[in-house]
Amino acid sequence: MEITLRVNGDERTLPVDPRTSLLDLLRERLGLTGSKKGCDHGQCGACTVLLDGRRANACLLLAVACDGQAVTTVEGLAGDGAPHPLQEAFIAHDAFQCGYCTPGQLCSAAGMLAERGPSAVTEDLTAEPELTAGEIRERMSGNLCRCGAYQGIVAAIAEVAR
Amino acid sequence: MNRVEGRDKVTGRALYAAEYPVDGVAHAYAVQSGIAKGRVTAIDAEAARAMPGVLAVLSSDDPPDLAGDADPELRLFSSRDVAYRGQIVAAVVADTYENARAAARAVRVTYAAEPHDVLLRADHPGLYRPEKVNPAFPADTVKGDVTAGLDGAAVTVDVTYSTPPLHNNPMEPHAALAVLDGDRLTVYDSTQGAAADRDTIARTLGLPPERVRVVSRHVGGGFGSKGTTRPHAILAALAARATGRPVKIALTRQQLFDVTGYRTPTIHRLRLGCDATGRLTALDHEVRVQSSTLVEFAEQAAVPARTMYATPALRTAHRLVRLDVASPSWMRAPGECPGMYALESAMDELAVAAGIDPIELRVINEPDAEPEGGLPFSSRNLVACLREGARRFGWEGRDPAPGVRRDGRWLVGTGVAASTYPAMTRPSQATATAEDGAFVIRLAAADIGTGARTALTAIAAGALDVPAGRVRVELGDSDLPAAPLAGGSMGLASWGSAVVRACEELLRDGKHGAADTAGEAGRGGDYARHAFGAQFAEVRVDPDTGEVRVPRLLGVFAAGRVIDPDLARSQFVGGMTMGLGMALMEESVTDAEFGGFGNHDLAQYHVPACADVPDVRAYWIDEDDPHLNPMGAKGIGEIGIVGTAAAIGNAVHHATGVRVRDLPITPAKLLAGF
Repeated sequence: MEITLRVNGDERTLPVDPRTSLLDLLRERLGLTGSKKGCDHGQCGACTVLLDGRRANACLLLAVACDGQAVTTVEGLAGDGAPHPLQEAFIAHDAFQCGYCTPGQLCSAAGMLAERGPSAVTEDLTAEPELTAGEIRERMSGNLCRCGAYQGIVAAIAEVAR
Repeated sequence: MNRVEGRDKVTGRALYAAEYPVDGVAHAYAVQSGIAKGRVTAIDAEAARAMPGVLAVLSSDDPPDLAGDADPELRLFSSRDVAYRGQIVAAVVADTYENARAAARAVRVTYAAEPHDVLLRADHPGLYRPEKVNPAFPADTVKGDVTAGLDGAAVTVDVTYSTPPLHNNPMEPHAALAVLDGDRLTVYDSTQGAAADRDTIARTLGLPPERVRVVSRHVGGGFGSKGTTRPHAILAALAARATGRPVKIALTRQQLFDVTGYRTPTIHRLRLGCDATGRLTALDHEVRVQSSTLVEFAEQAAVPARTMYATPALRTAHRLVRLDVASPSWMRAPGECPGMYALESAMDELAVAAGIDPIELRVINEPDAEPEGGLPFSSRNLVACLREGARRFGWEGRDPAPGVRRDGRWLVGTGVAASTYPAMTRPSQATATAEDGAFVIRLAAADIGTGARTALTAIAAGALDVPAGRVRVELGDSDLPAAPLAGGSMGLASWGSAVVRACEELLRDGKHGAADTAGEAGRGGDYARHAFGAQFAEVRVDPDTGEVRVPRLLGVFAAGRVIDPDLARSQFVGGMTMGLGMALMEESVTDAEFGGFGNHDLAQYHVPACADVPDVRAYWIDEDDPHLNPMGAKGIGEIGIVGTAAAIGNAVHHATGVRVRDLPITPAKLLAGF
């Protein structure tokens, strides 16, 4: 089947095997290996990309179902040659070790910062919640980091959120 | 100093094993045994071969020519025997991942199954004393009279602790890309040691080492599971040979649970006795662990007891049973991690029984030489770590009574435990070359997320007395000067020593320096060299649901000279975070009925998530230890996980009065104790 995707701003039209996940399409067909495969089951978040601006696990999406949508991967986070502030903050706060969860953490954080509304730890459900460290931890818990870089991840995101 | 490869990692440019772009690459997918013990009687691959894109089916129908003395886990398709459920029995190679996976499902394997035996238990009749425990310690030691020491004690504890199988679960599943170019094989592999991996792959395939190259510039974590060559690397090479194409294999998360090693379950019996003042009169630590029928791997969980406390009577013992299970292997701090969980939990029980503060009990029993063997310590600052940790954590004035503090609905408690890990070095080579105004350091070291590339840059810059920006470190390639693997917390000490020596020679030569530390590394049984630490935990327990939260973890470590504070903190904190997982959630459940593990993904094997670790802090005490290496550094990769689970378990007891002696401390186990 032929599909068209806008990937990091570029329109790409290509035939795909209907069994191919968006993640495998990015990694194996388009050479965008920044999105990582950690579990292929939506359990670890390493494959997180932005789909029409919202964060999504690319391993849980069939590529054919994404026809016509816009995908942003870690390779496309930076704008006009300047790194995304989250990328700079992750470096400054040592928010990664092995780096394998990092692209997913970054895309997830970028998507999360654009989200509105309460989370499971929000106490006042009527007001727009302040993005405290506790809110960040809750909202980022779909992205696992086995190296245990969570302290740096939260600090980096909090700095950018300010 | 920021990680030198940091920009590559945050932009997605850093390439991991399965990501190197290669033209014409094919994909391999493994078929795994559905039985735990028996023989393969038939492999029907006809349907699979007829499927779209299939290039080859590999199996014992056509055994490859592999070295007879190779690791049995790596002798793929050489035997019809099945040693554990999940063992690789066939593989399909196809033009795409989707085609390979679909065809692998179409391979029909028929077995003659035999009854299997997969459960470790304390009274297993197959338990025996191994010749040695990992890597080469004596299985048993005895000093003094333990029975007399216990008989004469004012206070004793006799307790059994156990830990389940645990899986390393690095974020990057093991992967390899094998490329044949003429008679030279290049394997892009996720490995903790390119040189050792190259040697093992070459030996297994019957090739001279110079015909094999392993590249592993970035590795997505390992925690020991990538310290030895895994079957996927051999499979990629065999598949490339069979098809004449480059072949990629990326194991699935599920497959990791079967073929990349795990921490053995452990059962500990600890008998401790002390006099009325808290002085130990006897310490007996007996451990039972499992291995596969293929290899003997005996985790050295009673070994740390030989280092920790002064006692006139000290006995340590290991017993091993060979089961129809996958081969256990290294997972972060093998030996120390489960051993210190048990010992430090039992020490807490002794402190409670004797009515002595658990920090003071450890201080009272501080030895002036290594308890087993009697060597002097090159440096030992456990007491300083305990004191500094107590000050930072706010230990003073702690009410020892269990189960009496409430904050709203939560029961609150605090706990402490000691950490230790040996400081070792291995011979390494390195070169340092002045090139176009820069200084290039080359060695086959590995950066699996530890920050080795960055720390070696700093070490070289210091040795050369130049800004770090003028130093470039090349590692992760077996064509570089030979270097030991990233393991045993000895990577940086070993590699750094060679880098310092190479830089010293460069300064003399002006152009180039080459070093081999074979003459100086790892010498001398003149000192006992260990890092130490103290870990503190605060827990909150919901008495109705049994939920345990850990609002605070704090560790203080004494590990020689710290090369880079940011990298070191990340290593310590990362280890403590993994230790929290061990304490409260991590458990691979052996499937007694069918063999293998019943849970094998990250939805069923829980590791700590961001919300689980609100506040983990690590500090250290600077040590000036002249008996180590040119940097004065002890390893820091593993000590962070040692003691964490005991500190949390001790805090849970302090909060609730319930002592759970079988990890993980789940709500069900806690509620059963209320």
